[in-house]
Amino acid sequence: MVTTEAPPSPPQTPGNPTWTVLRNGWRALTSMRIALVLLFLLALGALPGALLPQRSLNQTLVDRYFTDHPTLAPLLDRVGLFDVFAAPWFAAVYLLLMISLVGCVLPRTLEHAKALRAAPVAVPRNLARLPHHGEAVLDVAPEVAADAVRARLRGWRRTESAEGEARAFSAEKGYLREAGNLVFHLSLIGLLLGFAAGKLFGYEGQVIVQADGGQFCNTGILGYDSFRAGLRVDGTSLEPFCVRVDDFTATYLPDGQASAYAASIGYQTPADVAAGTSAWRPFPLAVNNPLRLGGERVYLQGHGYTPRFTVTFPDGQQRTGAVQWTPVDGATLLSQGATKFQRPGVTDDAQRKANGLAITGLLAPTTSGGDVVTSVFPAANDPEVAIDVLRGDLGLDDGRGQSIFSVDQSKIDSGALVRVARANLAPGQSVRLDDGTVVRFDGVGQWVNLQVSHDPGEFAVLVFAVALLLGLGCSLSVRRRRFWARLTPLSSDDGVRRTVIEIGGLARTDRAGYGEEFDRLRAELLSEAVRPDAPSPNAPAASPGVELGKDV
Amino acid sequence: MLAQLALYSDRCFMAAVGVYVLAMVLHGWEFARERTAAPALVGAGSAEALTRASDVDGSADPARGAARPRAERMGRMGVSLVILGVALQFVSIVLRGFAAQRWPLGNMYEFISAITFAAMITWLVVLRRSPSLRPIGAFVLFPVVILQFLGGTVLYTQAAPVMPALQSYWLVIHVTTVSIASGLFFVPGIASALFLLRTADRLPAALAAKVPSADELDRLAYRVTIVAFPLYTFAVIAGAIWAEAAWGRFWGWDPKETVAFIAWVIYAAYLHARATAGWRNGPAAWVNVVGLAAVVFNLFFINLVVAGLHSYAGVN
Repeated sequence: MVTTEAPPSPPQTPGNPTWTVLRNGWRALTSMRIALVLLFLLALGALPGALLPQRSLNQTLVDRYFTDHPTLAPLLDRVGLFDVFAAPWFAAVYLLLMISLVGCVLPRTLEHAKALRAAPVAVPRNLARLPHHGEAVLDVAPEVAADAVRARLRGWRRTESAEGEARAFSAEKGYLREAGNLVFHLSLIGLLLGFAAGKLFGYEGQVIVQADGGQFCNTGILGYDSFRAGLRVDGTSLEPFCVRVDDFTATYLPDGQASAYAASIGYQTPADVAAGTSAWRPFPLAVNNPLRLGGERVYLQGHGYTPRFTVTFPDGQQRTGAVQWTPVDGATLLSQGATKFQRPGVTDDAQRKANGLAITGLLAPTTSGGDVVTSVFPAANDPEVAIDVLRGDLGLDDGRGQSIFSVDQSKIDSGALVRVARANLAPGQSVRLDDGTVVRFDGVGQWVNLQVSHDPGEFAVLVFAVALLLGLGCSLSVRRRRFWARLTPLSSDDGVRRTVIEIGGLARTDRAGYGEEFDRLRAELLSEAVRPDAPSPNAPAASPGVELGKDV
Repeated sequence: MLAQLALYSDRCFMAAVGVYVLAMVLHGWEFARERTAAPALVGAGSAEALTRASDVDGSADPARGAARPRAERMGRMGVSLVILGVALQFVSIVLRGFAAQRWPLGNMYEFISAITFAAMITWLVVLRRSPSLRPIGAFVLFPVVILQFLGGTVLYTQAAPVMPALQSYWLVIHVTTVSIASGLFFVPGIASALFLLRTADRLPAALAAKVPSADELDRLAYRVTIVAFPLYTFAVIAGAIWAEAAWGRFWGWDPKETVAFIAWVIYAAYLHARATAGWRNGPAAWVNVVGLAAVVFNLFFINLVVAGLHSYAGVN
C-alpha cells in the first residue's frame, strides 16, 4: 500500500493516513475492549482442545474419531481442531493478546514509576465533597493536631504544605496495588516465554526397560521407543546418563486397584559415565517420585508383563525369548503381544524366511482358568498364556518396520505365515509342533515404561507463576486510597487555642472498601485521641466532630 | 471399625443434606410469607427499613425480637439450620478421612462434598458480613442440594485408598484449594445470575421485593470472586507442580487442564470487564455466570465423560 505521491513524511505527521491507521489500530489493539474480546476468543479457541481428541494426547482416539465421522473429521482437521494448541490461529490469538498486554502494561509501568516519585495530589478545596469526609473543632493547638495527623499517617506517602494560616496534608497509600497488577501482567509474558523455551529446547522420550536388570542409556533418540523432540532438538546432544532397573513391585488391593508402584533402580550420572565407573547409585523410583538428574528427569510411567518362552528346535538348539507384551485391560492387565524367533543355524535366506516362528496371543497374570483364558487380577499370581504359534515368513527382512506387539497381518492373509499350534499354557508347560519343535512357557517377568523429560523453561515458568500469584494477590487485596487533612487555627476569646480539622478520603479503585479504614481514621483524628488527656479511645463519639455522610 | 466410621460419615452426609433441604424450605417460606404479607409491609415500609438497618450493624434490639415478622423468623431459622448442616458435613468429611485413612478428596463424591461444604461456608461468611443478603439463601441452597443429591446417589463411592498417582501431599494442597475455590465460585455465580434476572425484571414481583438490590448482588459477586480467583490460580499452579512430579510435565493440555485454563481466562475476563466502561454491569455478570458454568462443566463433564489423566471420579 505504498503511494508514490505521498511525501516521505516522518511518522509524527498527523495527516499521514498510513500512520493514522497504524496508530488507531494500535490504540484499538491495546484497548481493554479488544483485550476482552481476545480473552474470550482464547477461551473459546481452547474449548475444542478439551472436547475433541487431540493428537498430542492420544493419536488412537483421533483415528477412531476419523473412522466414526468420516465426513466431519477432515473438515475439522483442516482448521487444526485436532491440534488446537499447535494451530496457527490459536497462536495468533494469544500472541495478539500478549501484544495488547504489552501495549497496555508498558505505558502503565512508566506512569506508575512516575507516580512513585511524584508527591501526593494537593488537597482539594472542598473536602466535604469527597465520598469520605469529616470535620471537627479540636481543643488543641494546631501543632499538636498536626503531630497527631503525622502519627496517624505513618506508612502513607505524604506531603505537607502551608495554605496561609492553615496546614494541609496530602497522603496516598496502596501503590502496591498497581505494582502487583503490573507484576501479574508482566509475569504472564515471562510465563509464555518459559513455556516457549520448553517447547523449543525440551524433549520427552519413552522407553520400556525389562525390570530384571535391564539398562537404558540416554545417548540418542534411537534408544527410545518414542521420542518427542522440541523444535530445536536434534537428539545429538543428550546428556548421557544411564539407568538400570533392578526390580519392580506393584501392590494391589483385594479388588484389583493398585495401591503402590515402586521400581528400585540404579543410575549413573553423565559424570559417572564419563569417568567410566561401574558402580550404580541406588534410587527408589516411584510414581510421584521421579529421579532428577540436573536437567533431566526420569519417571516411572507404566508397567506390564514379559512372558518368557523357550523354543527347542528339532535339532536340539534352544532359544529363549522375553519380549514385553502390552496390557489391553488396565484393570486386570490382560496382555497381548508377539514373541518372535528366527530358526538358528539356517544360512539359506529362503529357508530362514520360511521358518520364522511367532508366539502370539494373550497373557493373563491371574488366569480365570477354563478354555477361554482371561485375567481376573492384575498381579502375576497364577499366570497363563493362550497362544497361537505361527510359522513362516515373519516379514522381518522386508525392511519395513513392524510392531513388536503383533505380527504382520498381511503375511497371514497371504498365507506366508501359518498357524501351527494353539494352546493354553501355565508356567512350565509346553506344546510340541508338528515338526518336533517344542515351545515352553517359562514364566513371566515385568517391564517398566520410563519417561525421560527435559524442559529448560520449567524453572522460569515456576518463578513467573509465583510472581504472577503474588502480583495477583497484591493487585486484588491492596487498596489504593488517598487521604487529605486541613488544619486551620481557630482564634477565640478565652485564650484556648483551638483547631478546625477537616479530613477527606477517596478510594481510587472501585469497591475498595475504604469506608471502614476511613471511619477509624476519622474516629481517631476528630475525637479525644488527639487530646493528650483523653483517657479512653473507646468513648462514644461525643466529640464535637460532625459526622457526615457515613459511607457504605 | 473403619467400615463403622465410613457408615457414620455417610449418615452425617445424609443428615446434612436433609438439614439443607429443610433450610431451603424455610427460606422458600420466607418468600411465600412475604407475598401474603406484602400489603402490610408496604404500609410499614419504614419498619422494614429499620429491620434492615439493625441487621446491618448486627445488633438487633432484643426487645423487638418478638415483633419480628414471621417470614423473617423463618429466614433466620433457615440460617441456623445451614450452620447445623455445615457442622454435620464437616463431621462427615473428617470421618470419611479417618475411614479411608487418607485425605478425604479422592473421588467425585468427596469432591462434591468438599465443594458444597466450601460453598456453604462462603455463604455463611457472606451472611455474617452482609446479613441483608439472607433472602437469597434459597437460591444458594438449591444448586448445593442438587449437587449433594447427585454426589450421594449416582456418584457415591465407598471409602477406599486411592491409586498410586494420587498418593502425594500435593493431593492435599491441589485438590483442597481447587475444591474451596470451586465452592467459593458458586456464590458469585448465583449472585450474578440473580443480578441478571433482577436487572432484566424477570423476577416475579414477590421475589423481586425480597431479592437484594442489583448493586448489592453485583458487589457480592465481585467481592467473593476476588477471593476465589487468586485461590483458584494458586490451585492451578499447585496442580502444575504436582503434574510435573507425577506425569513428567507441568502442563500438557489434558482436558481437565484445558477447561481449568478456560475457566481461569473467563474469570480473568470478568475482572477486566468490571474495569471496562460499558461492560461493568450486565456483560460482566454474564461472564461470571459463564465462569461458574465452566467450573461445573470441568467438575462433571470432564471427570465423567472425557477420558483424560484426571479421570479419578471413581465412578464406573
